[in-house]
Amino acid sequence: MGDMNVVKVEAYRNSFLKEVEANVEGGQWVKMCMQCGVCSGSCPLGSAWDHPPQELFMMIRAGKREEVLTSSSMWMCTSCYNCIVRCPRDLPITHIMHGLAHYAERLGLAPKNQPTRKFAKLFWNNLVKKGRVNELKLGVALYFMNGLVEGIKTALKMAPLGLNMLKTKRMNPLEYVGGHGIKDAAGLQAILKKARAIELAKAKKA
Amino acid sequence: MAKREYSFYPGCSSQKAASASNYQVSVNAMCDELDIKLNEIPDWNCCSASIGYAEGGELPRLALSARNMALSEKFNPGQDIVATCAACWLATRETKDRLNHEDALMKETNEALAAAGLKVAANQKVRHMVEVLIEDIGYEEMGKHVKKPLEGLKIAGYVGCQTNRPFGIDGESFENPKYLDKLVATLGAEPIENYEKKVQCCGGALAFSEPVKSQAMIKDIIEAAYDGGADMIVTPCPVCQMNVEVYQDQINAKYKTKFKMPVVYYSTLMAVAYGKSDKQAGLDGQIIKATQLEAITRR
Repeated sequence: MGDMNVVKVEAYRNSFLKEVEANVEGGQWVKMCMQCGVCSGSCPLGSAWDHPPQELFMMIRAGKREEVLTSSSMWMCTSCYNCIVRCPRDLPITHIMHGLAHYAERLGLAPKNQPTRKFAKLFWNNLVKKGRVNELKLGVALYFMNGLVEGIKTALKMAPLGLNMLKTKRMNPLEYVGGHGIKDAAGLQAILKKARAIELAKAKKA
Repeated sequence: MAKREYSFYPGCSSQKAASASNYQVSVNAMCDELDIKLNEIPDWNCCSASIGYAEGGELPRLALSARNMALSEKFNPGQDIVATCAACWLATRETKDRLNHEDALMKETNEALAAAGLKVAANQKVRHMVEVLIEDIGYEEMGKHVKKPLEGLKIAGYVGCQTNRPFGIDGESFENPKYLDKLVATLGAEPIENYEKKVQCCGGALAFSEPVKSQAMIKDIIEAAYDGGADMIVTPCPVCQMNVEVYQDQINAKYKTKFKMPVVYYSTLMAVAYGKSDKQAGLDGQIIKATQLEAITRR
């Protein structure tokens, strides 16, 4: 992963914008931003971003590679799509934010302790195992993602909520040992492996 | 009336004993009344919702939905794909749109699917259940089935994000969609006019990873419903439903509020108005009991 970062730095030495255009989902749209700020103003968590989308777009064009890719900003996206429907230039902003987050992750530059990054990884690994999300395992993994001590504190805090879910049969303790899944999990994993291989081969060329 | 059939994608949260299992129960009751047959896509998988991007990336993420579409084309040919979950619908529809417009992506996706002996043409429409209700059934027909009008109830139609953006429902605006309000009125209840937080984000998946920030938004969603005089909130999305219902205790503790606002699905309201039992309407799945709806089922 770190190697890929070195390769990309070498390849795009003078233009982070070109790097984003070639490597990030939706990246070819970045140059279309006219800096109106509607996206930043429309974001429900806008105030929590170090750099809201409009700023990220300008920073990409200004070559601030390290600052953009190590930022926690794009991990604040809730996928509400407000920015997409309001952007006067029709930029697929939500997808660009997801794309930036994924690219930063692939290069090993994403902030390690960013909670949504951790959760997103847990979610993916959870669903890939059996083809469907195991909500209970995901929840428990989430509580303990910052270590045992904090995990116990969180679990205690969340216990009444869990009990409510149990009482209304919206959670099943047996999910922890077995749980829902698809029949052809092996087939699904083969599909994902192939898809990842295609994507990585393209990423190396870009 | 001829039975309508659809290729059904229920999604992870709708499974037995999962967080939106009560949604599925009420959908079944509603479809039974409206003579809608849902043919579940055999062996469907998770769509990775809006949080699959980080580890998954673009092609693996889209391949998840493509596999479901491939299975649907194989086993339920000629039927529209219908999802009840907002995220399932969004992910599948995004995949369909992109496959239809990007030849290279179509080729790569089929290369990946071939690893499990599948192929996709992306030729089935992908629809949310509310589109089926509005476009195929219609308000008038939905109204004809009402046996117990929800008279006297004031209901805030919380549309949220992903059934509204980026695709939305035909003929509705992104900023003030009216379909839930129309549905509420069709069932004999009173929609809250100008419900301020109708399309406000609840935090989605970030309710798990950023609980403080998300609960601040959820608080506003509930508060605005109280301000409008609502007895309950109705939503078309399993994430909205869960986020707005289950954290009310924690929000009360933090903000010294006294929230006890039931949050139900459109299908819950319909099942009750169609004369179904508490159990059939999924009312036993309410953490905050919808006592006014229970009173109607007993009427």
